[in-house]
Order: sequence, then structure tokens, then C-alpha cells
Amino acid sequence: MSKTQTLGEILQARGVSRRGFMKYCATTASLLALPPSMVPHIANALEHARRPSVIWLSFQECTGCTESLTRSASPTLEGLIFDSISLDYHHTLQAASGDAAEAARHAAMEENMGNYLVLVDGSVPLGNPGFSTIAGTSNYDMLMETAKGAAAVVAIGSCAAFGGIPGADPNPTGAVAIRDLISDKPVVNVPGCPPIPMVITAVLTQFLTFGQLPELDKHGRPVAFFGQTIHDRCYRRPFYEQGLFAETFDDEGARKGWCLYKLGCKGPITYNACATMKWNQGTSFPIESGHPCLGCSEPDFWDKGGFYNPVSTASLGGGAALAGAAAAGVALGAAAAALSRRRQAKIIKEG
Amino acid sequence: MTSLDNINVQIHQSHGNVEPLLNEVMHAIDRLLEAEEPTVIDLASLPFGPGELERLEERLGRGELRAELDALGASHIRETAYPGVWWLEHRNTAGDVVGRYLEITRTPEILMSQDADILAGRARLGEMLELKEARQ
Repeated sequence: MSKTQTLGEILQARGVSRRGFMKYCATTASLLALPPSMVPHIANALEHARRPSVIWLSFQECTGCTESLTRSASPTLEGLIFDSISLDYHHTLQAASGDAAEAARHAAMEENMGNYLVLVDGSVPLGNPGFSTIAGTSNYDMLMETAKGAAAVVAIGSCAAFGGIPGADPNPTGAVAIRDLISDKPVVNVPGCPPIPMVITAVLTQFLTFGQLPELDKHGRPVAFFGQTIHDRCYRRPFYEQGLFAETFDDEGARKGWCLYKLGCKGPITYNACATMKWNQGTSFPIESGHPCLGCSEPDFWDKGGFYNPVSTASLGGGAALAGAAAAGVALGAAAAALSRRRQAKIIKEG
Repeated sequence: MTSLDNINVQIHQSHGNVEPLLNEVMHAIDRLLEAEEPTVIDLASLPFGPGELERLEERLGRGELRAELDALGASHIRETAYPGVWWLEHRNTAGDVVGRYLEITRTPEILMSQDADILAGRARLGEMLELKEARQ
């Protein structure tokens, strides 16, 4: 498939009708968290869009981010690769191996100098280059070489975005985030452990559609997906406002689906789109399944105290972090936290 | 058991997200009647609790018209029990739901024949007639 063909031409060649294209544009608007009124603009832009070359680098990671990407439903990974991007290098998905794979990376860089996207999952170890190498090249050297001619770099997952689990205390490999190393290019962070698959594809689709990167927050995350907390969009929020909390995982509150704040939910301080985009083709998300949010899309989530400690008792700087929550909710939350602390102290004492 | 759908789960609890949306729909109907202004509500952007989407669908009910579109996967388009309020569900080629919308309009745009398709169809019809003429 030619990289010079526009998306409109590709879909037309595949026999996709205009109605089909309008459907594609409607789901793209939904994916980009844009209002449906933007569909005509998206249609116009997508019709003339050309597939960008994408080079995906994997460093200190667990492949969970790629596993997540393969679960994307809109667009599907196959649809993304065949229609929207030219995925020229990806360890898990490419057919080439060894020298041929590295040659493909170099060829993509040369052919698309200044215009290709580099996606990275995993953190980069600075402690010793030998901690993680690919084809005899250290992660640091491969990143710097590949990013040099890129239009932008996208850090996929909390390891690439913030150091993640490899960077957790005591950080034995000296792991750092991509933004710590790349300062002369735009770097978009798409954190999560793993990130929501449609958020990964949305960043690529945004670049394809409008030729530009999304608006970012202070942590480099796209505002469209990380602009609100899990708590703000949680369907259990009304229970928080009413002061109705699950105290344990098997009490009446848990059975009735009450707020999980006292069981350690990090929803109030976690910015992500799980509460609306959900997982597994929109089936549910952790809170809907009865488990507190772990806060995996926030910097250093692994080192912020116990997952099951209420926000106000974990080492999060609770007061300031909770400032965005509704005043009434904060008051209720603080009261709940105090009760929880007393309960925990009682448990420890009795134990 | 072959799928998650077969697990017998009954949800009786409401999380209070359906009523406000129904009010929004009513205001959208007013805008359509008074100013011919259509509204599209992307249901994927709303924080529904377990069972609430199904409850919304049930409350809106089914009207007298429904259509199926086969383009990049199936799409189901049907008017609800409230004329002018349409429920649209888009699926991909694997059958996964990729978009759910409420459209408050006289006819959803996607049901209209598009100029590009009409032109392509006209060209195909022309070619077929020429071919038939050449054979005779």
C-alpha cells in the first residue's frame, strides 16, 4: 500500500461507501472525545490525510502496552495498520527479525526524515547500558538515534511516561522517563498500566487527522482523556456525596456498589478516562468490577503508599491533591478517612 | 456457558444517571421543534453504571422504524418510542460496538444517500447500460 495515498483514496479503493466513511468519522470523533458537530471537519481532514510512518521502540517494559493496543476496537489494530499508519518497526508485531528488522527501522527513518512518529513503551535504564539492549544497542542510544529525525515522540504506558515500575524505589537500573531524555521534540505521555487501548489509537488518529498533537496537561498527557479525574466521572460518585462507603470487600456497602474511597480508591487524584471509555470493548473498569482505582496513570503510582489505604492516609500529600474535588465531597471524604484510620488503628490494636 | 451474556446477573440499583439524560433529550426535542436544530449525544462519553445503558434503552422504548447499515461492520439505527429520537449503534467488522449515539433529528444523516455514492452508482448504472447496448 502506497504511503502517498490519502485515507480517502485507500478506503475508496477498498469499496467503502461514503456512508461507511461517515460512520468511520463519527466513531473517530467519539474516539478523539470531540463533539459530534466536528464530524464534517474530521471527514474533510481524514479524506486528505496521508498515513504517517510509525516506529515503535520497546525498552524496560512488560509488553502489556502492546497487549492493550491489540484490544483496540475502534479502530482495530488491523484497521489502524492497514488504513491509518505505516507501522514500520515493532518488536512484537513485525515479521522481520535481526538485521532485517534494524534495516527496516533505518529505512523508515531515512524515507520519512522529520515526519515520522516514534512510540516508546518502557523506561530507559541509565545505570548501566547493559541492563537493556536491542541488537547490541543500548536503549538510550537507540532512543536518541531514532528520535533525532522524528516529528514527535509518544511515551506509551506509565514506564515510558514516568519511569513506572522499573523506576519504583529503589530504582535498581536508574530508569528514567522519555521526557527526561528528549527535550528538543514534542513528547506526548499516554500513561496507564497499561493505557486504555483507544487512548493510544486516539493520539495516532489525532496526528493522522489534523497533522498535529493533542493539547497536553502539565504531565504531558492529552487533556481530552486525562482532563478529569476518575472520581469526577465515576458512576459511584453519588454515593461519595451521600457518605455511603464500602468498608470491606464483602460488606453490605460492597454488595450495594457504594463508593470505594475507604478501600483505597485513588480515583479522586487520578486523571484518566477509564470511567467512561472503560475496558474490554466498553464492558467495565476496575471500580465497576468492585476494586478501587490504583491510580496507575499518575507519576510514581507504585511508590505512593498502599493501594488499599484511603487517599488521605497514603503518602500522597492528600489535602492539596484533593483540592479539585467538590467541597462537600471532600468533607465527607475526610470524615470517612478519619473513620477508616480509627478502624485501621483498631484492627492493628486487636491484631 | 458460552458467553458473558449467559451469566444471569440482575441489577436492581439505579445510580441516577438515566433521568438527567432523559431531560436532556426532552430539551433537544424542543430545539428540534422550535429551531430545526438537531442534537447528537455520544453515549460513550457518559458515566453509566452497571445496567444503566440497558435501562435507558428500555425507557426510550422502540418506535415504528428501524434500519440496518452494512458498511465497515453492521450499524443498527432505530427510532425510539419518542418520534424524532433515534438510537444508533455502530459495530466494527468483528462485531464489537464502536459507537452508541442518540440523535434527536427528523432523519439521521447516515440514512441519507450521499452525493459521492449517488455519483458512483450512476456511473455503474451507465456502464451497465453501455455494456448491454454493446452486446446487442
